[in-house]
Amino acid sequence: MAAEIAALTAGRTDIGAVVTFTGICRGQDDGRDVCALTLETYEEMALAELSRLEAEARQRWPLQGSTIIHRHGRLQPGDNIVLVICASAHRHAAFEAASFLMDYLKTRAPFWKAEEAAGGERRWIAAKTEDDEAAERW
Amino acid sequence: MSVTIKYFAWLRERVGKAEEDMILPAGVNTLTDLIAHLRRQGEEYDHAFATEGVVRAALDKRHAPLDAAIGGAREIAFFPPMTGG
Repeated sequence: MAAEIAALTAGRTDIGAVVTFTGICRGQDDGRDVCALTLETYEEMALAELSRLEAEARQRWPLQGSTIIHRHGRLQPGDNIVLVICASAHRHAAFEAASFLMDYLKTRAPFWKAEEAAGGERRWIAAKTEDDEAAERW
Repeated sequence: MSVTIKYFAWLRERVGKAEEDMILPAGVNTLTDLIAHLRRQGEEYDHAFATEGVVRAALDKRHAPLDAAIGGAREIAFFPPMTGG
């Protein structure tokens, strides 16, 4: 993460705020023990969709830079899933843009999580209505 | 016109394949028409698309509502609501 922040801020003096969000694979979900998470993606669309989301964030807020990294494949509890970084002159734009990117990414970026329980049982995680509601407030 | 149809997550598992090429028959103009056509292709398709209102779609890697016309799109994708992040 430090390297990604440095890539946005190196050599610049017009950035006064950097907000980062890291999504991490949990070891428990709804009271169940999770031993792994597999993230499936529609990669070509994910890349296109994440660029569209970043373009929209840059139109709405005065950002000096932004980064989105989303992992896919098999992850274990404690592994990072997603990193969003927003850099701006002042904190409000960076906070809001990072929050907007995460809310939109949750409902628009083509990734699907399947959870593996300790016994090997695997289930697709259902989308949450509160994620849709969070995206709608923007 | 030949299109590539892609399936993801539990939709892929239920259909039993990740993608297929298909010549769209006459009368299939919208994504809803295509879903109705697919559901007649076998039990696995019928089962995959049985949960009305849940399946989402993309035309050429862009989200599209199910009443959207397929038009000249070459790649059609069907998937459940997204759960990334």
